Amino acid sequence: MYTVALKMLLGNRGKFYAMVFGVALTALIITQQTSIFLGLMSRTVGFIYDTTQPDLWVMDPKVQFVDDTKPLQDTKLLQVRGVEGVEWAVPLYKGSIRARLPNGTFQTCNVIGLDDATLIAGPPVMLEGTLADLRRADGVIVDEAGATGKLAKPGLTPDSPKIPLRVGDILELNDNRAVVVGIARVTRTFQSQPVVYTTYSRAMRFSPRERKLLSFILAKVRPGYSHTDVARQIKQQSSLAAFTAQQFRGITIRYFMKNTGIPINFGIAIGLGFLVGVAIVGQTFFSFIIDSMRYLGILKAMGASNKLLFQMILLQTFLVGAIGSGIGMGIGCLTSVIAKNSELAFYLPWQIPVITVLTTSMITLITAMASLRKVLRLEPGIVFRG
Amino acid sequence: MVESTAETAIACRSLTKSYRSKTTITPALRGVDVTISKGELFMLVGPSGCGKTTLISVIAGILQHDTGECTIFGKNLQTMSDTERTTYRGKNIGFVFQSYNLIPALTTTENVAIPLLLNGVARSEASARAAKMLAQVGIGDKLNTLPTELSGGQQQRVAIARALVHNPQLIVCDEPTSALDHATGAEIMELFRQEALREQRTLVIVTHDSRIFHYADRIGVMDDGLVTKIVSSPSELS
Repeated sequence: MYTVALKMLLGNRGKFYAMVFGVALTALIITQQTSIFLGLMSRTVGFIYDTTQPDLWVMDPKVQFVDDTKPLQDTKLLQVRGVEGVEWAVPLYKGSIRARLPNGTFQTCNVIGLDDATLIAGPPVMLEGTLADLRRADGVIVDEAGATGKLAKPGLTPDSPKIPLRVGDILELNDNRAVVVGIARVTRTFQSQPVVYTTYSRAMRFSPRERKLLSFILAKVRPGYSHTDVARQIKQQSSLAAFTAQQFRGITIRYFMKNTGIPINFGIAIGLGFLVGVAIVGQTFFSFIIDSMRYLGILKAMGASNKLLFQMILLQTFLVGAIGSGIGMGIGCLTSVIAKNSELAFYLPWQIPVITVLTTSMITLITAMASLRKVLRLEPGIVFRG
Repeated sequence: MVESTAETAIACRSLTKSYRSKTTITPALRGVDVTISKGELFMLVGPSGCGKTTLISVIAGILQHDTGECTIFGKNLQTMSDTERTTYRGKNIGFVFQSYNLIPALTTTENVAIPLLLNGVARSEASARAAKMLAQVGIGDKLNTLPTELSGGQQQRVAIARALVHNPQLIVCDEPTSALDHATGAEIMELFRQEALREQRTLVIVTHDSRIFHYADRIGVMDDGLVTKIVSSPSELS
């Protein structure tokens, strides 16, 4: 009888396609919106992800997220180095500097100043040049997206494509000459600004003069010491905040969740996707059941139990749910592949397809349950009505 | 207690049934007494709204009556649970409807195989028996045809095959010829006589179609919820 159920479903092609479309649309909206939301959230902490060597991030206690730098006195670095359990501690500059482009316009860049001696916290993947090239005069490393995008040179004619920055090109950073010595691949950040790596001392020279310029202190914990204990010691001895990378990522994400409209906007989009799915699938399936009432009545008259009829309906909704979810998630996954390394923030961990399947299953189950009432109340006497 | 003999197929005594809405109660059966024998072709005739369809619905076990008693081959369906009644119907009763009621997405063979599938027969065997039954009713060349590609007469033949394929004891028909022309209606009635009445099956046909009255062994005339007269020949109706 399950074959009969499937043939009844596929026989009504218009409604079948409408239901599959409804589920696919829901699956696509949920997959995409959730992935974009996670993509945006992961971009807020992209820089922390890329900085793998230190165990602790030391900062002003008022810092609310990774881009919210509150400069420290240079002497704090020495204080941190003096805390028991700290193997090493290096300075890190993180700030925004304007780059003057060859066409006269300006582009704000995210400048990272690395400890001159160790170059700790450098870019994770070098595409051209090496990290050590930063030691060359006026050397900077530019991220791939910035080099090919916002910092790229204009083409030879107004209509020709931009020419990506290459090693050896000159940049003007806050009226300072900078030479591109490397191109790196970094995790994209929330602000999507070009990222420029240089040494700490050069970053001091590039940046507008301020009394304090030290953004973060990156510290390594000595083997055998607990990260939490050392962080507590740093806090006690220097009055600074110290967090592990995981804690700092959490603080940053919570800030964006709490202080931006991002979660609400995406929540609304996901909620609407769910409602659209329920509306389209529910209404179409209900209408399909109403159309099938006469035939369900005949089956009931001929000896089909309520249980069998409900199993047939469940099978029909399951098929619609499986095909629709598959199409929706398929398009979602395809977007994930296309969006890789692009401006579109898209992060699709395995949990999202699971959530999508659960949600679409819920929609189809709600639909099946709504139809069940109709079937249970179905009088086989309907078959004798004209 | 209903008196029934070994030859009695259906015995209804003082059968009443009313339809209730929020504000009104409409009596449909007001004390029906009727006995139908095994192997008999019994027709129920009467004006619209006289209770014919209600009576066959009760006889077929798809509607519960209010008072009185009705036994089918000695079984009182009213005392059975819903599941038992559904199972009993599936094994012992076949249905033929005015508008054929074939499932449009299924081929003729698949439509005919449904009662067998509902009775737990394996799909391959059900298909084979359905094909044999279709050949028996004269449309063995339309095994994989969809109902929409068949004429009214052919569709009714498929419906008859579906009603007979699981070898039920009772076949209940609601206006089986009213959508057909005279010649096709006559063919269908001949088919009923040849195929449906085999093996002491009982046929109860509700009809308005006076052209087929002469096929009946007996005719029960209904009026206002009662069987007012039972005759053996159409000429006695006037």
